[in-house]
Amino acid sequence: MNSLPLMRSVCAAAAILVCGLSFAQTRLEVDIIYLARQEQPLQPLSLLDMQIEDNGLPGGVLGLNDTQTTGSFLNQFYNLKPVIIDETADLIATYRDLVAKGGKLFIADLNAQDIQAIAGIEEDVLIFSIRAKDDVLRNEACRSNVLHIPPSRAMLADALAQYLLWKRWTRVVLVTGRHAADKAYAAALRRAANRFGLKIIEEKNWTSVPGARRTDSGHHSLQQEVPVFTQFKDHDVLLVADEQDEFGEYLPYRTTRARPVAGTQGLKPTSWHRSQEQWGATQIQRRFSRLADRSMTELDYAAWAAVRSFGEAVTNTGSNEPGILREYLLSKKFKLAGFKGVPLTFRDWNGQLRQPILVVAPRMLVTVSPQKGFLHERSELDTLGYDKPESGCNSF
Amino acid sequence: MLKFCIDRIWIVLLCAILGNIQPVFAYEVYISNEKDNTISVIDGNTLELVETVSVGERPRGIVLSNDGKYLYICASDDDRIEVLDLSSKQIVYNLPSGPDPELMSLSTDGSLLFVANEDDNMVTVIDTIQRSKVIEIPVGIEPEGIGLSPDGKWLVSTSETTNMAHFINIESLKITDNVLVDTRPRVAQYTPDGKEVWVSSEIGGTVSIIDAGTKSIKHKIEFEVPGLRPESIQPVGIKIASDGSNKAYIALGPAARIAVVDTTTFEVEKYLLVGLRVWNLEFSPDQKRLFTTNGVSGDVSVIDIEKQRVVKSIKVGRLPWGIAVNP
Repeated sequence: MNSLPLMRSVCAAAAILVCGLSFAQTRLEVDIIYLARQEQPLQPLSLLDMQIEDNGLPGGVLGLNDTQTTGSFLNQFYNLKPVIIDETADLIATYRDLVAKGGKLFIADLNAQDIQAIAGIEEDVLIFSIRAKDDVLRNEACRSNVLHIPPSRAMLADALAQYLLWKRWTRVVLVTGRHAADKAYAAALRRAANRFGLKIIEEKNWTSVPGARRTDSGHHSLQQEVPVFTQFKDHDVLLVADEQDEFGEYLPYRTTRARPVAGTQGLKPTSWHRSQEQWGATQIQRRFSRLADRSMTELDYAAWAAVRSFGEAVTNTGSNEPGILREYLLSKKFKLAGFKGVPLTFRDWNGQLRQPILVVAPRMLVTVSPQKGFLHERSELDTLGYDKPESGCNSF
Repeated sequence: MLKFCIDRIWIVLLCAILGNIQPVFAYEVYISNEKDNTISVIDGNTLELVETVSVGERPRGIVLSNDGKYLYICASDDDRIEVLDLSSKQIVYNLPSGPDPELMSLSTDGSLLFVANEDDNMVTVIDTIQRSKVIEIPVGIEPEGIGLSPDGKWLVSTSETTNMAHFINIESLKITDNVLVDTRPRVAQYTPDGKEVWVSSEIGGTVSIIDAGTKSIKHKIEFEVPGLRPESIQPVGIKIASDGSNKAYIALGPAARIAVVDTTTFEVEKYLLVGLRVWNLEFSPDQKRLFTTNGVSGDVSVIDIEKQRVVKSIKVGRLPWGIAVNP
């Protein structure tokens, strides 16, 4: 990632722009720590997909650049400090140390287990969780100092289910992978099916351990195995829960019946995708590609949104204190321009960022949920995920 | 017998023709269709679509030359300004614009075109006579709005991501002031007396009224439509009447409405229902009508200003965006 030339030009532009400013305000430093674990990146099943070594942080850097232009006029200076620890390192000790040294604002690129381990250590911090999609973190395991940027699994499943209902593709079958994350995704799909009136006719588990991604005659075995595996009663759509990308891509066009595949592969609900260029998104897609030399992923987008959220809160409160920023972020005044056509805001009962969800085919945006016709007393965005009356969170 | 009938017919026809003669002021309305890559031409009197002209890729902002003979078109995906000869309806030449031109404004004497380059954070100044770039002024991130003061001395550029309105002195071509507005500012429009600049914030949902002298915000207009989601109220286009009526008209995007605002009290008097995702608007030459571009409906609404009512919808191309009225 070659951000230095870009940062230089941002500074130059900012310098030119700064001439009309009166420095009445005292200088405010806003230190944001990007905390992550170094991990083996996900190896995609398709040979067309690149393994991404630096997923997430470049989104934060773009957010920093975008935010600093405004900050420069207001004598507010943002610093993004990456702290990337080893897979096996002691996260709690690292976090305690960061807090002891004055760390108050965090972007946590961590799984649910790690979030739960650190969130309770210090109350006077504000943590944006940008990776974990677990519903439990928005419900029983919620914490008042953790706000969630990415959509939960329930929100993703609901987004897909609304579209399937709109299409009248209501008879579905479900194939679930072998990992705990797959089972969590499947649970969200079951909940969504129940909520939106889809009928899960049959379910099966895919238990094979993945083999080599490329072989000399691989398609022969798949051509035999997949039809046998997918002999379901008649259905409209095959839903797949394969978060580790081990088998889902093998299913389209090989199933016994000619049916679309949806879920973690095929028609996929996601918070961000390269094919999304509506609502001015062309600009952020291009800015990101120039910065990181690749397309923006949903994790990059979440990191960007986290930094921008900090920025909006600091700009409008003039403070870098977690309590003051949190109050603003959860208020009606906060509106994030997230290139999704509507202002993004936080749910005040569990700290989840409300947002439209893209439903994409591998190469094309197909639709955006919530679908037209799903009504809600507060916001149509709240038809996705756990709504206030059903929330299991008591910390907000 | 026959001659008698023919005479009668002539008399009847003559009376019909004379009875209906009114002075007809001819004018045309041009609409850029972002998706179709065309310009729609609407006859201002019949309110009919009379022609559709193919132009470059992703046409957005359009502006008439001072003599009304040419239409400057931001062909955003072609990274250039196309110049359409309005008598032949042919593109006769291009102007260099910098990448991704979105919106532009013409100086009062017609010699300079100020273009917002959405992608590279610049306002490009083009000499329309020499057909060359004069200078590129770096502004905030994602510039769109370009508002020119009536006295031709100031330009206001809005930056969508930086959330600011930048005041540029046209003589020095330097930024002198930067005003923080609400989230995602789109359009900047001076009042006819040059005393205020109105800036719409699409995601913030407000219109900021900036005092052009002190460069401070004196008021923020908020909008509320009963039964309508606040987040669908996304102000974009602003047009302020110069006929002494003290009215401004603001396009509210997905809210599918135009807000009619009293410019002395800043109160919203009325909301007029138009088409989906209404973004830009323009008056007829006598300011008796207002035309709006309704992107998602693919049509243009015609508002009778006196009656304060929408009187017609005219189907145009897909995703109508910019609008210009000639003369």
